[in-house]
Amino acid sequence: MYLALGRAGFRRYASYRIATLAGASTNITFGFMRCYALLAVAAATGGTIAGYDGPRIATFVWGSQGTLAVIAIWATTEQAERIRTGDVVVDLQRPVDPVWHLLAVDLGRAVFHLLTRFTLPLLAGALVFDLYWPRHVVTYPLFAASLVLAIVVSFACRHLVQCAAYWTLDIRGPQVFWALVSGLLSGLYFPLWLLPEPWGVLLVYGTPVASIIQAPMDILVERTDHPYPLLAAQAGWAVVMLGAARGVQRVAERKLVVQGG
Amino acid sequence: MAEARPYLRLFASQVRGQAQYRASLWLDLVGSFLIGLLDLSGVVVLFRAGGRVAGFTTAEALLVAALATIGFALADLVVGNMDTIRNLVRTGRMDAVLLRPLGAFGQLVAMDFQPRRAGRLAVALTLLPLAAAWAGVHWTPARLAVALLAILGGSLLFGAIFTGTGTVAFWWIDSGEFGNSFTYGGRDFAAYPVGVYGSVFRRIFAYGLGLGFAGYYPALLLLGRPDPLGAPAWFAWLTPAVGLAACAAAALLWRAGIRRYRSTGS
Repeated sequence: MYLALGRAGFRRYASYRIATLAGASTNITFGFMRCYALLAVAAATGGTIAGYDGPRIATFVWGSQGTLAVIAIWATTEQAERIRTGDVVVDLQRPVDPVWHLLAVDLGRAVFHLLTRFTLPLLAGALVFDLYWPRHVVTYPLFAASLVLAIVVSFACRHLVQCAAYWTLDIRGPQVFWALVSGLLSGLYFPLWLLPEPWGVLLVYGTPVASIIQAPMDILVERTDHPYPLLAAQAGWAVVMLGAARGVQRVAERKLVVQGG
Repeated sequence: MAEARPYLRLFASQVRGQAQYRASLWLDLVGSFLIGLLDLSGVVVLFRAGGRVAGFTTAEALLVAALATIGFALADLVVGNMDTIRNLVRTGRMDAVLLRPLGAFGQLVAMDFQPRRAGRLAVALTLLPLAAAWAGVHWTPARLAVALLAILGGSLLFGAIFTGTGTVAFWWIDSGEFGNSFTYGGRDFAAYPVGVYGSVFRRIFAYGLGLGFAGYYPALLLLGRPDPLGAPAWFAWLTPAVGLAACAAAALLWRAGIRRYRSTGS
C-alpha cells in the first residue's frame, strides 16, 4: 500500500512538466552563481579551501542545487492549509498512520525529482565546469543511502513545521524560521567547513539540517576518506526527527479543534 | 490622492488581518530580520574564508552587497508579490482582480503585504553606513548622490524584474519558480563584485539585465577605485537610467500580458 502511495506521489509531480523545467532552470542559474563565487574564494586561497579543490567545489555546488528539489527543502504549506481548513480530518480518519502516509508520498515525489531536477543541473554543471566524480566505487551506494536519509530528515523537519499549524493556524512565522535555518545551516549557501573551527564540526554533526545537504555532498565529493561518521549522524538524526514528527503528530491530533464554517 | 484611497484601505485590511495571528507575525518579523542579516553574512563568510576575493576585501564586498540589497528590498516590499501572479492566474482568482473597478497593478501591490519583507530592508539600511565606514569610504556630496541614485535606480530595476518575471505567468501559466532565477537570483548576483563570475554569465546578468549597476559600479565610485575589469567610472551614475529602461520594458510586458490574459476557468 505504501508503494501505491509512493507511486501516486511520483505521478502527481510528473504531471507538472513545465514547472519541473522552470524549477531546474532556476537551480541552474543559482548553480552558476554559487559555483563562480566559491571558485573565486578558492582561487584566492590558492585553489583549495577547507578540503575542497576546484572540481570538488563544482560537484558540491551542482550536486546541492540538484538535491534541493529531491529533498524538497522549500516546503509547500499544503499540509498546514489542510490543517487550517479542517480537511486534515479526512486524512486522520484513514486507517493509515498520517506520518508514514505522507512520507511514502514524499519518497515517490523524491524519486521523480531525482530523475529530473537532480540530473538536469548536474548535466548543466558538467557542460561548463570540471566536475569531480567519485573515485571509490563504494561511494555510489553510500551516496544513495545518504540521499535517502537526507530525504527522510528533510521530510520530518518539514512535517514539524507544518504541524505548527495545529497550534497557530498561520505558519508563516515557523516557515520563515525553517527557510532561514535550512538555507544557511544545511550547507546550501556555502560548505559549513568554511566556518572557523569548532563551528564546522559542531554544525555538521550537531544539527539535523546539515544532514540534508552538507552530509550527502561531502560523501559525494569524497572530502575525507571516512564517510561513515557522516552517515551515522544522518541515520541518528533521521530516527530522532521522525520520532519527534510522530510524537508531535500524536499530541496534535488530541488537541485538534476543527473550525466550523 | 482620492484615487489612492481604495488601495490604502486594501492595504490596511491586510495589515489588520495579519496582525490577528500575533505570535506568527512576531516570529515572521524577527525571522525576516535574521534572514536579512544571515543573507548578508553569507558574503562575509565567503570573503573572510578567501581573504581577498577577486581583488575585494570583505568590507568592500559587504558594501556592494548592502547597496544592492537595499534596492532589492525596497522593490520586494512594494511589488514583491508580483511573483504570486502565477497562482492568481492558475486558480482563476485573477478574474476577480480584473473585474473590480480598480487598476490591476495597484490591487496586486496592496493585496498581499508581507511585513517580513521590511526586515531585510532594515538590515541592509543599517549595514550600508557600517560597511562604508569599515571599507573607509570618505563621504562627499557626489558620493552621497551616487549612493542615493543607486538605491533609487536599483529599486526600479528590481521592481521591473519582479513585474516582468511575474507577467510571464500570463503566457506560461505553470511557470513555477522560473522568476526566482532573476528576482532572488538577481539579488544574489548583484551582491558580489562582478569579477567573480565567468565572462559569458557575467555579461548576461551584469549588462543584459543591468544587475552590475545595482551595487557594483556605484560601490566602486564610493570606494574611489577603478574597475579591475576596465569599466569607466561614470558607469556609477547610470543606475537610474538602467532602472527606468527596465521599468519601460516591464510596463510593455505587463500591458501585453493583461491584454492577453484569458481565464483558466475553474
